[in-house]
Order: sequence, then structure tokens, then C-alpha cells
Amino acid sequence: MADPVKQFQIEPIVPLDLGIVDLSFTNSSLAMAFAVGLSAALFYAGTRRLSLVPGRMQSLAEMMYEFVANMIRDNVGKEGMRYFPFILTLFLFVFFGNLLGMVPGNFTFTSHIVVTGALALFIFVAVTIIGFIRHGIGYLRMFFPHGAPIATAPILIPIEIISYLSRPFSLSVRLFANMTVGHIMLKVLAGFVVSLGLLGGIVPLAAVVGITVLEFFIAALQAYVFVILTCIYLNDAIHMH
Amino acid sequence: MEAEAAKMIGAGLAAIGMIGSGIGVGNIWANLIATVGRNPAAKANVELYGWIGFAVTEAIALFALVVALIVLFS
Repeated sequence: MADPVKQFQIEPIVPLDLGIVDLSFTNSSLAMAFAVGLSAALFYAGTRRLSLVPGRMQSLAEMMYEFVANMIRDNVGKEGMRYFPFILTLFLFVFFGNLLGMVPGNFTFTSHIVVTGALALFIFVAVTIIGFIRHGIGYLRMFFPHGAPIATAPILIPIEIISYLSRPFSLSVRLFANMTVGHIMLKVLAGFVVSLGLLGGIVPLAAVVGITVLEFFIAALQAYVFVILTCIYLNDAIHMH
Repeated sequence: MEAEAAKMIGAGLAAIGMIGSGIGVGNIWANLIATVGRNPAAKANVELYGWIGFAVTEAIALFALVVALIVLFS
């Protein structure tokens, strides 16, 4: 059976080693370029010929736009619409990254913690800065819930601080682990199909087909969860809790 | 004990952490189904929280799985 983790290996396509940093154009960068190109192409094709009665491409683009806009309106409120371009970009990047990973032979860049970690760390730092800009030093009240007895402060404040600091960790590990584990599972089950032969391989083949459908669903769901948690963190920073 | 055998046992032990997450995800769906069964009009309101709760709880299982994979493959 082929090694199930070999699919996550990063290979340089255009090597470019600058000594301090390795700036090679890798298969991961190629997949990212595809994701960015696909989302740009979707909106370019959708907005090229605008009409009052939308065509197929235009209504697809409008659906994406409305979906993210409604998510922000429901979870953050009107003030959140300032950050709409960022949230939409984030959603499209992660969504197309997950879906392109499902194309056989293509590289899943969201299955690397360095990618999801960078996204999550950026969100964390940005949300913290937004919180301090809007509330000043009062943002520190985040770490002590309203209405709690003052005597519980020595226990509550460390817990709240730890839970706040673990946000980028859980946000990035959730996406990365879901993608990695899903692809390993597909590979292992596909290995059973080959090794069990013509008759015995039918059951694992049926399982692989089912799991592939599930993986498509998970790919969309994880992009959604990643973005909605970003919205919730943003809401915490803007309105506190 | 051989190092290879200890590695396998350790990975298996790390995966035990998924039990709690399984119970948690089961609880979320059971309560969601009960809620929608009692009040079908609330479906649109609670569905979103169901998915968020599912994703957040499932992450705990994935942490256990990541530990198991690190033990196995490194």
C-alpha cells in the first residue's frame, strides 16, 4: 500500500532558495494560486455582464456574496460589514482550497498547519487590535464575565485568558486536522480496494464512494465553520460579551 | 518492550480521547433532534448552533487524532 501521508509532501516546482528563506514556488503555492484564480474568475464572470435578472454565473456570485453578507449581519451586526471584504476573501480562499483538494492528484494546502496557522494567527491578532481600538483598556474586561462574584476572579480570569489565547490554536488545528485526516482516510480505504482484489474490494469501494461524498460536505462545512468562528470572535471584539 | 511496539500502543492510547468527543457530538445531535421534534418552527434558529457545536466538539477528537498521528509517524 502506498504511504498515506506522502500526498502531503511539499515539492518545489520552481526552486528559489535565498539562503535565509526558501521562496520556492511549490505545489502548495500552485494550489493556492488555483484557489485565488478560481475565486477571482467566478466573480469576474459573474459581474461581467450585469443584468437585473441574473444569469447563471451572476446568480452564483450573488449567492456567495449574500451568504457571507448574511452571516456577518446575523453574527456581528451592521458594524461588521466594514470587514466584509476580508471575510469574503477568507471564505473563498478556504472554501476553494478545501474543494480543490478533493480533485484527485491535487494538493490540499489547507492540510498544512503552517497555512491554517498563519490565517488563524492573523485573525487573532487583528481581532485583538480591533478590540483594543474600539474599547481601549476596557477591552480587558473581556476576561471577567459580567455579573460574576468578585471572589471568583482568581479562578475565572486565568481560565478566560487561557480560553482566549487558545483560539488561534483551536481554529487552525480544527481545519488542518479535518483535512489531513479526511485525506488519509480516503487513501487508506482506497488501499484496501486494491489489496482485496476484484471480489473483496467492492465493499471498501462502496465505502470510499460514500466517504468521498462526506469529504465534499466536510470541505464546505469546515470553510463555513472557520469563517463563522471568525465572525463570532469579531463580534466579541466589537460588542464584547 | 520494543520501541516500535510501544509506539503502536501509545498511538492507540492517545485515540481513547475520542470517546469523550463522541459522547459530546451524540449529545448535541440528540438535543437538536429533540428540540426540532418539539418545536419544528425553531429549526432555522437552532440548526446553526448545532453545526457550530458539532465542529467545536469534533475538534477535541481531532486533537486526540493528531497526537496519535504524531506518535505514529514521527
